[in-house]
Formats: sequence, C-alpha cells, structure tokens
Amino acid sequence: MKDPKDFRTTTRIGWLLKMAWRDGKASKGRLVLFMASIILGIAAVVSIQSFSDNLQRNITTQSKELMGADYLIDSNELPNTKVQGIIDSLGGEAGREVKFASMATFSKNKATKLVQIRGVEGDYPLYGTLETEPETVANEYQERGAALVDATIMLQFDLHPGDSVKFGNLNFPIAGALLSAPGSSAMSSTVAPPVIIPFRFIEETGLLQKGSRIEYDYYFLADANTDLEALNKEVDPLLDAQNADLDTHTDTSQRLGRRYENMGKFLNMVAFIALLLGCLGIASSVHIYIKEKLRAVAVLKCLGATRRQTFLIYLIQIAGMGFVGGLLGTVLGIGLQFVFPMFLQDFLPFEVEISLAIQPILTGLFLGVFMSILFALSPLLVTWYVSPLVVLRIGEVDNSKSLRASAIVGLAILLSVLFLAYGLLQRWTYALAFVLGIVITFGILAGFAKLLMGMIKRYFPVSWGFTARQSLLNLFRPNNQTMVLILAIGVGSFLVSTLYFTKEILLAKTTLENNSGNPNIILFDVQTEQKEEVAHSITSKKFRVLDNIPIVTMRVHSIKGRPVNDIRLDSTSQVHQWILNHEFRATYRDSLIASEQLLEGEWTPNVQNASPIPISISDNVARDAKVGVGDAMEFNVQGVLMETVVGNIRSVDWGQMQLNFSIVFPKGVLENAPQFHVLTTNVPDTEGSARLQKEMVRKFPNVSIIDLRQVIGVIEGILDKITWAINFMAFFSILTGVIVLIGSVRNSKYQRIRDNVLLRTLGAQSLQILRITALEYLYLGLLGSGIGILLSLVGSGLLAVFVFETPFLPSMGPILVLVPGITFLVLCIGLFNSRGVISSPPLQVLRKEVR
Amino acid sequence: MTNILNVRNLKKTYNNGANTITVLDDISFEIQKGETFAIVGPSGSGKTTLLGLCAGLDQPDDGRIELCGVELEALNEDERAILRNRNIGFIFQDFQLLSTLTALENVSVPLELLGAKNANRVAKELLDKVGLAKRHHHYPSQLSGGEQQRVALARAFSNSPSILFADEPTGNLDDDTGEKVIQLLFDLNKEAGTTLVIVTHDLDLAKRNNRILRLKGGKIIANEKTVQS
Repeated sequence: MKDPKDFRTTTRIGWLLKMAWRDGKASKGRLVLFMASIILGIAAVVSIQSFSDNLQRNITTQSKELMGADYLIDSNELPNTKVQGIIDSLGGEAGREVKFASMATFSKNKATKLVQIRGVEGDYPLYGTLETEPETVANEYQERGAALVDATIMLQFDLHPGDSVKFGNLNFPIAGALLSAPGSSAMSSTVAPPVIIPFRFIEETGLLQKGSRIEYDYYFLADANTDLEALNKEVDPLLDAQNADLDTHTDTSQRLGRRYENMGKFLNMVAFIALLLGCLGIASSVHIYIKEKLRAVAVLKCLGATRRQTFLIYLIQIAGMGFVGGLLGTVLGIGLQFVFPMFLQDFLPFEVEISLAIQPILTGLFLGVFMSILFALSPLLVTWYVSPLVVLRIGEVDNSKSLRASAIVGLAILLSVLFLAYGLLQRWTYALAFVLGIVITFGILAGFAKLLMGMIKRYFPVSWGFTARQSLLNLFRPNNQTMVLILAIGVGSFLVSTLYFTKEILLAKTTLENNSGNPNIILFDVQTEQKEEVAHSITSKKFRVLDNIPIVTMRVHSIKGRPVNDIRLDSTSQVHQWILNHEFRATYRDSLIASEQLLEGEWTPNVQNASPIPISISDNVARDAKVGVGDAMEFNVQGVLMETVVGNIRSVDWGQMQLNFSIVFPKGVLENAPQFHVLTTNVPDTEGSARLQKEMVRKFPNVSIIDLRQVIGVIEGILDKITWAINFMAFFSILTGVIVLIGSVRNSKYQRIRDNVLLRTLGAQSLQILRITALEYLYLGLLGSGIGILLSLVGSGLLAVFVFETPFLPSMGPILVLVPGITFLVLCIGLFNSRGVISSPPLQVLRKEVR
Repeated sequence: MTNILNVRNLKKTYNNGANTITVLDDISFEIQKGETFAIVGPSGSGKTTLLGLCAGLDQPDDGRIELCGVELEALNEDERAILRNRNIGFIFQDFQLLSTLTALENVSVPLELLGAKNANRVAKELLDKVGLAKRHHHYPSQLSGGEQQRVALARAFSNSPSILFADEPTGNLDDDTGEKVIQLLFDLNKEAGTTLVIVTHDLDLAKRNNRILRLKGGKIIANEKTVQS
C-alpha cells in the first residue's frame, strides 16, 4: 500500500543509466557530433603530453648516453695546476676532448667549410656510441689517425672514405661518415657540423691560437656508490673559482629536459586552445539539444521524476559522450605522437623511443568527461528549472534559468580553465595570462561579431533582393549559430595567420639587405699580426673591409667590490650565474653603432690613464649583474685585473645580423691587451664567397669564416621546422573548428527545416532556398575568417613593434588564401549538410525530421 | 465516501506585463474517491490551469489544495513530483509521449520511477489490454494519433494511480478514434476504480461522468451531478 505522505525517494542509478541510454540511442546522430567536437582537442592534448612524457623519460633514461659519461669537467682553457689536481684527485679522466670551430678544406674538390673540430682521446664516449658509416671505423679512426666527418658534409661535398680533409697544417684521411655522437642534435650542428679527429694531432694543426673559442671536456666514470649530487656540491665551487665547471649527467638531462619542457608547454597551449574550441562546440550543441528535450523533461517531471533525476539523465548522457570522446581522442592522440619525431627529430640529440605513458591517457579520459560536463552545465541547468506545467501549454518552452546558477557555472568554467592551464604551464602568472588572453581573444571576437551583427541590423539593406535579405536575416534568427561559428572560424584563422605573420617577422629580422654596405661575410679569430694581411687579401679581390673589430676576452672578477667567488657562495645573491662564469668577448671603440641606443649615463669615446675606466654595458648585463651607472666592476683580462666603472648602459638589438657586444671599452685602454680581430666584408655572390674562403683557408688556416647567407638559410630551415610543428597543432584547432561548424550546421538544420519547408510551401524554388543557405554561410565564413585575420594583423603588429621591435609589413598571403579558403570550406559544409532540406519535397522532409 | 481532492478558495493570477490577469478566482470543490468528474467551460475559462493546480504541476496564489490527504502547499517541487508518481496518472490532449522511447518504454517509465521490479511485465500487459500487442517496440512517430493516445492511456494506468487527470483527451483525435479512446478510458477506469478528472469542451463526454464543474471567466458557475451519478 502506498503511503501518500512518504516522500522518501532514492535516485536509482540503474534507472538513470537506462533512461540516458534509451534517450541517447534515439539521438545518437547528435551525440556523435558532440563527441567529435572534443575528440581532436583531446587527441592534441594527449599526443603532446604523451610525447613530452616520452621525451622526458628518454632524457632521464638516456642521460648518461646524452653526456657520454657519468660527469664531466669543462673549461675554456687548458686546466691549470689546481684544476689538474682536482682531475687527478677524482682518479683521472677516462676520456677527454677539445672542440673548437675552424675551417676545413676537402682535398678532393678544394671546397671549404666551417666545421666543429672535436679532438677526442681515451674511451669517449664512455656511454653510448659513435654511430658511423662504415660501422667499424668508430673503433679504428684513433689508431689510423683518421677523421670522422659529419655525414651531411660527406653527402654535400661528395666525399667518401679514403678522401682527405685538411685542418690548419695537417691532412687527415677520412675514415668514414659520422652519423651521430652522444648529446648532439642535427640542428645544433647545422652551422658548424662536427668532425672528429684524434686528440694527439690537435697541437700539430696549429689552430689553437689566441681568441679561438676552445672548450676542453674531461669525461669521468663514477663508481656505483658515488653520490654525484654530493660530488657536484663539493667540487663545483672549487672549479668555478678556476673558471672550470663540473656537470653531472643528471644536470645535463635536467637542463635538456627544461629546454624541451618549454617547447612542450607551448605546444600544449595550442592543443588546449583546440580543446577549448571543441568545448565551445559542445556548449553550443548541448544548448540546442537540451532545448529540444525540454518538453520531454517536463513530461518526465509530470510523471513524477524529480529535478535531480531529470538533470542526471542528461548529465549522464553528456558524461558518457565525453568519456567515449575522451577515449577516442586518447587513442588518436597516442597514435599521433608517433608523428612528432618526424619533424622534431632534428632538434633532439637522441632517438625518441615512444612507449605508452599512463598519465596522458588518464588526462585524456578525465578531460573528455570533465570538459564535456563543465561546458554542458550551463545549457543543462535549464532542465532543472523547467516546469512540468509545460506539458499543458502549447508553444515555446521557457528556457530561463537562475542567474546565480549561471554565474556559478561561468565562474567554475573560468577557474577550471585556470587550473588546467596551471597544470600545463606550472606557473600561476602564465596560467592567468593564458586565461586572460583566451578571454580577451574570445571577447574581442565575440564583440566584433556582435558589433558587425548590430551594424548589419541597424543598416539593414532593405533594397536588396529577397534571397540576400533572407540570408542576412538568418544571421539574427532566434537560436542562431552566428556567434559560435564566428568564434570557431575566427579563432582558427587567428591562430594560423598569427603564426604565419610571426614567422614572417622573424625572417624579416634576419634577412640581409642586398646592399654592399651590409656585411655578409664574417672572418673570426684573425690574429693581430694577421690583421693587415687578411684585410689586404679582401681588398685585393675588390671587396671592401667593412668592419675591423678588436676582441679582448675577459671575465668578471668583482662586482661593486665583491669578488665573484664570494657572490657564488652567497645563496641570497640576485646576480645571475652566467655573469659570474661567462668569458666575455669585449671590444673597444669611440662611438655607438646602429644596433645600439644609449639608455643611461654618458658615452666616453676615449680615455687616457683613467682609473677606474668608464665602460659601457648592455642592458641585459646591467639587469643580470644588478649594477647601474656609477657601480664598480673589476675584470680579469687574461691575468691582468682592470678596475672599471659602469659609465653608461646601452640597449642592443641582438636580432640584427651584425656583431654586437655586451661590454664595450673606450679607446685608449685595451689596445695593447692580447686580442684577436673580426673582419667583415660584403661579397655579392656565392662564387665570390667561395673564392675568398678558399684563399683565406690556404693563407690563414686559423681564421674561421661564416657566410651569413648560409646562416640565414639555416635559420629559415629551423623556422620552417618549428612552423611545421606549430602549424600541425594549429591544424587541430582548424579541424576542431570544422567539426564544431558541422555540428552547429547540423543542429541548426533542424530549426531551419520548418522555415525552408514553409518557404517551399509558399512557392520558393529550390534555387532560391539554395541561394539563401549559400549566402548565409558565405557571410559567416567571410565574417569569421575576416575578423580572425584582422585580429591577427593587430596582434602581429603589436608583437612586431613591442616584442621584435621591427616595422610590420604583412604580406597578403593569409588574406588572399585564408579568407577565400575558409569561406569556401564553410560554404561547402553548410550546403552539404543542408542538401536534404534543399532537395526534398516539403512533406517528405517534415515526416523525416519529426523524430 | 472520503474525498480524494479538496479544493478551497483557490486563486491564480498571471502577470502580463503591467496587467494582472485573474485566471481562477475563489474556486472551491471536492471530489470523492472513485468518482468521475468533468471540468467544462469555454476557452480561457481556466480549466487547464485548474487541472494543473490540482495535479500539483503549479502553485496557486491563494487557497488550499488537499490531494490524497496531503496539503500540496506544504510540499516542495520534488515532493510534489513524488506524490504524482505514486498517486496520479495523466492523459494529455497532445499525448506527450517521450519521442525517443518506444511504446513499451513509455509505459514503463512511471513504474520504473517507482522502483517496481515488474515494470516491463505490467507495461506489456497494459499495452496488450489497449490493443497494442504488436506495437510494443514502435516509437511514437511510428504510431497513429489514436495509437499514441492508447499508449498514453496505458502509461496513465501503469502506476495504478488513485486519481487520473485527463486534459482534453480527444482534442487531437477524429470523432471515431476519440470515441474508441474514451470508451477504453472509462473501461480501464472502471476496472481499476480510479478517480477520474477530465477537462473537456465536449459536453457529451462530460455527461458520461458523475459530476460536472462548469467554469466561466475563472469562476465556478455550476457544480452539478449527472444522471451517471
């Protein structure tokens, strides 16, 4: 017997699941579209996370192979007695290496090339292998006194084992091609590819002269019981004081890990934007879906279902859809991560072994469910407030909901996005900036869309023909998809064109003007006694010597009276480590150059016997050394201590392709210090450049030559590869946008059917309806892509002026390709999805769409 | 006989912008258990509003409603839903079947909400009884209007309600089909001994009930027994 006064009830999850399944089964077409909206976003996030995870794991597990040792001691000079004492106390090195850049001449074709010479001795690499072709030469080159030449050079200059290569005074037979060495990536050795020779011949080459950038590495094996961290703590400060450094394999891998982490974070953000776009699609689709379900909700309430029960039925559907979407996205993402090595391998110093990582899979599944529910909550809330009385009333269902509930949901979305962004970026300031950026971008796009809509509404072209007017009216109809489509199309176009413009700005910064006044050949390591002769060689070929810059190497000895060794030990010091350890290459001159601007203090062109000496430092040195105008700095100029005072601070445009300096002395001080010179010239063509290089290498084997044209080619290559990676991720946003678009078009289709059928009943021809539909999607495509590119132009302009400090001259490429391309895509999707409505007789359409 | 529904001094108004429209004013009546009761009146007289209030679908501005011994005013929305599930059956003019559920699933819903273990069996029996033995797995869109209303009838009786509210049950059907549905409604009602409240324009249909409540302009103009009583 039922007791009417007993209101206890239990929400049986089994029944809710059954109802969600029954209802979902009949609406599976729509639910699949919701799912598709997030699949790609999830796939993007999972693929990036999974790949980053694999990368980090590879770096950790291969850390010894990456360094080629357990730890190493490196220095820019031959170890002094103290450093040698430390090396001996550690049991002596198991392998050592000296590396520096120099010119190589290939005897076969007399071609020259800037290479990195690596003189190797002992068991290097202690871990990992030198991969060579033929394989056996890795073990033979030492004994044979031969060279292992980078495989790309071999290919480029048509070299084969048995040919010879000359460095300085010595000729080496080529043993084979060097395919890879521990710790070096293809990209890191593009400008100066490596050539390995036995260490014992280095001295004889005669290339180790003043000014050469030389690095000595001593490789060590550690006992299994050695605590490398403790060793580092104990020995590194002693080495630092001698301008040497100890690096453990874990330090190196952590450093490497951090470098790739940043790239991963950036790609993660692009993937996250794709996911957010998908979520926007979900919110919009669920809004329409639920609107159509409100009468059913009222019926259920009438039959005795509580608010919670009806709400949960649809929540379960959305969560289920999110779970399946997350699962499919995760599977797709796991598959996609295999693509990344294809365009990132050149940046990586090791082969990435891809394996299944649990965390990204869980992230994908969680994001699928969580983001679907989060973005569906607002439209779902309506089910809570719909009255059962609706079943007795004919007409529109009121879909109002509580303002408070909507505000709470809005806040929950913002906070969740913030927390997720923090999860990806690990920094609150970045996460806040990201959310703010998203809100501003979406806000501007939405604002623009609204403004344009308002303007069209206000200045409605009443004189236009019926079809044109009708299609414009469709943009404002109740439950229109204008906003969500413009957001989806706009964000996609914005991303792609901003990436394109940024690449253009970066390339414009590096492009050499074809002007004989701008240097395009730089000659390094010119000794003082060679200076005149090198200059003469240049001028004898009818080229001009554009710069003749003296360079003096020095280290900071004290800052504001505090020795750098004291600062190193002071854990509270704000001075950056690089200032304390860096070997500065300073110059002296009497005037500023084009890439410099005086920020503070006064420029001193000359001094005579001044002490302290007023010097000029760049703003980044001032910032990192925590010094200002008037502060004392003492430099160790190759054994001689020199007291200076910061006379002025300069801004330096490091992006300009010319020699820039952190520290500049006035004339009259360093003229007699040990120094070397950099000469620059302009050679109009590559043949001239090759002739000059050949002569230089023959006459001055220690002089290194860089042809900036080649460097720019390398930079373009790097940017192309980076752009490829970013475009690949942006592609997810675009594709998500397309799916959201398909979803929106299909959803709004149900609303348009009746109007179109009515129009047909009243006598409209198929062609007229086709035109109305086509024009509507044409407007949407034009508006979305147009606003996106407009926003991108403004954003890129700001980037160019404030970040890259360069004028912004956008090319017409994105405008001419993206706007018509995207518009055409929108048009095709719109028409394809509406084809049934356009081509079928009214009654057939009505009958078909009743369910 | 005890009253299953007591309505006292009921008032309902709607705000239409600046104007307040009084839809029902000072309505009082009672219905006894097992009685069949018709509410008639011209369009806009407040019939459907009164039915909605009596069934707990809406709340009055003033007055009291006691349904199955429970004061509706004291219940919140979910408690009223539970009361409906346990004690009330509904039949609507436009059937109001859930379009995404089959006929069998539609009939099962009230029983499933009750947590009945035999929902499927009872629903099948009821569908067989209304002549839809071969239509169990058809969706509403695959059924004719008369068939849909018969599914609605089966659903209305599925939870063995104490009282059944029918809002213009033949309004969307042709005369012939309407007559068949009404006959089925009365037969099922007689068999189950349910109290029946019908809102209708059709005076002939009203006369087949024990009592008729006549409304005009939101007020009761007559509350009379019929020959059926």
